[in-house]
Amino acid sequence: MYSQTVAQLSRGLQQREFSATELARSLLARIEGAQGALNAFISVDTETALAAAAAADRQLAAGGAPPLTGVPIAHKDIFCTAGSRTTCGSKMLANFVSPYDATVVARLRAAGVVVLGKTNMDEFAMGSSNETSYFGPVRNPWDPTRVPGGSSGGSAAAVAARLVPAATATDTGGSIRQPAALCGVTGIKPTYGRVSRYGIVAFASSLDQAGVIARTAEDAALLLGAMAGFDERDSTSVERAVPDYHAPLERPLAGLKVGVLKECFDKGLDPDVAACVRAALEVLRGEGAEVRDMSLPNLPLSVPTYYVVAPAECSSNLARYDGVRFGHRCEQPRDLKDLYVRSRSEGFGAEVKRRIMTGTYVLSAGYYDAYYLKAQRVRQLIVDDFARAFGEVDVLVGPTTPTVAFELGAKTSDPVTMYLNDIYTIGANLAGLPAMSIPCGFADALPVGLQLIGAHFTEERLLNIAHRYQLATDWHQRAPEGYR
Amino acid sequence: MSLSRRDIDNIAQLARLALSESEVPAYIDSLSRIIALVGELDHADTRAVAPMSHPLAGLVQRQRPDVVSEGDRHELFQRNAPQAMAGLYLVPRVLE
Repeated sequence: MYSQTVAQLSRGLQQREFSATELARSLLARIEGAQGALNAFISVDTETALAAAAAADRQLAAGGAPPLTGVPIAHKDIFCTAGSRTTCGSKMLANFVSPYDATVVARLRAAGVVVLGKTNMDEFAMGSSNETSYFGPVRNPWDPTRVPGGSSGGSAAAVAARLVPAATATDTGGSIRQPAALCGVTGIKPTYGRVSRYGIVAFASSLDQAGVIARTAEDAALLLGAMAGFDERDSTSVERAVPDYHAPLERPLAGLKVGVLKECFDKGLDPDVAACVRAALEVLRGEGAEVRDMSLPNLPLSVPTYYVVAPAECSSNLARYDGVRFGHRCEQPRDLKDLYVRSRSEGFGAEVKRRIMTGTYVLSAGYYDAYYLKAQRVRQLIVDDFARAFGEVDVLVGPTTPTVAFELGAKTSDPVTMYLNDIYTIGANLAGLPAMSIPCGFADALPVGLQLIGAHFTEERLLNIAHRYQLATDWHQRAPEGYR
Repeated sequence: MSLSRRDIDNIAQLARLALSESEVPAYIDSLSRIIALVGELDHADTRAVAPMSHPLAGLVQRQRPDVVSEGDRHELFQRNAPQAMAGLYLVPRVLE
């Protein structure tokens, strides 16, 4: 059962070929078996999962259960889940019990899913390798000496290792697409405002967006359809109807205009990764797409822009962790300031402190105009570049990452080297665009991801392209040895 | 551009963080690298560009009537408080 997709499991459950309880038990055993090797989960609540599965079985027996009833998934540990722990990968929140559900969690529960556990992640979603987690690094199922990517490394590794068919994730600068690429799975980051941010621990609020990691575009479509939609509790949620993402999946690609992101084929791109991406372009051509080069001259400024905007928003958002109302509190504070300073210094890890300090610096008196306002101006230039490109093409494609998964510890000594890992993914966040990563081959026996970026609210089209690509190829069906 | 020890101390103080002596050199080094990276923005000509306010053109923050929309759940929320009593959050004495 573990090798089946969400779509297949949904059919099996609806036709009563197996029960939600059998399915949950089988995957819980797999999760437990893989935990020592991968460390993909922070929490697994067997009792709650089995109770949800039993409820799903009753609903399935009664008839008329929605299609996702009984389908097991995991949530990234950044989504609040009422009554259970939400750590965000941090010591600061190691004992935080969510008082309410994130909108995404509530909607998926209403759609019938069974939550098996919460996945590991970089602390406060700040990282590209899952090495900043307070709960230890996640390992890549394709090669345990390598990182799974981050920040949604646990979700990507769990889906790649067939521990769950799909998992929720969030993406602020590439945190869905980069780990999806490095683990050989499918990830979608929707348009900013498409999915509610309510109940998601905040990192950089103008960039954060929730999405899905699954093995196929079809599964991503099924889950995104259940997650997306207007939510009055998120002030940036967009009031716009959610289309049926599943129905148009098989639409032919004849006449599709594909722009190849010229700036992504830079000197940092591994030639073997480039070869996989070029081969994928041929597949799209074979499907009837017209492929041509597109230049977005300001795209190389994405990384410096992001490392002003994201830390600035992070330093502001994380000011709330003061040891007073929730989160870690130091022992025996001398006075109020000591309480603030020591609680924060003990509760946050090194990368989170680095980002808070970067943000504090760029927002401090005398520097605000030079850094923050300047970055927001450059951000507008990047937004304009994308808008121009989407006047000419339907979708932009390129590699998701410059290289395949790197070794644990390889980039921890220099943060800038680590940041450059997100060089191709950050642009979509700055411009609020929907983007996907899908498996498109292997280099050195490690998965390579193809990135698709669309105009605002074209998730439907991206999923359609990804699905057609997956009908023509089998990269997404490959499983790492030991997890087949 | 390289940050000084004084810069780092000042930033840490503003961010309500305390760095140990052994951590300081690493933060000076990594923050200097990050500031050098973001310095690349200086090359962009932005004289005719207004700072972006929302990634989706024309959209602004939605507003709602200023009325109570949530019930009082302070007891539930205070279960996560390190120290609370009689509905109040407890902190060290501020006034002597």
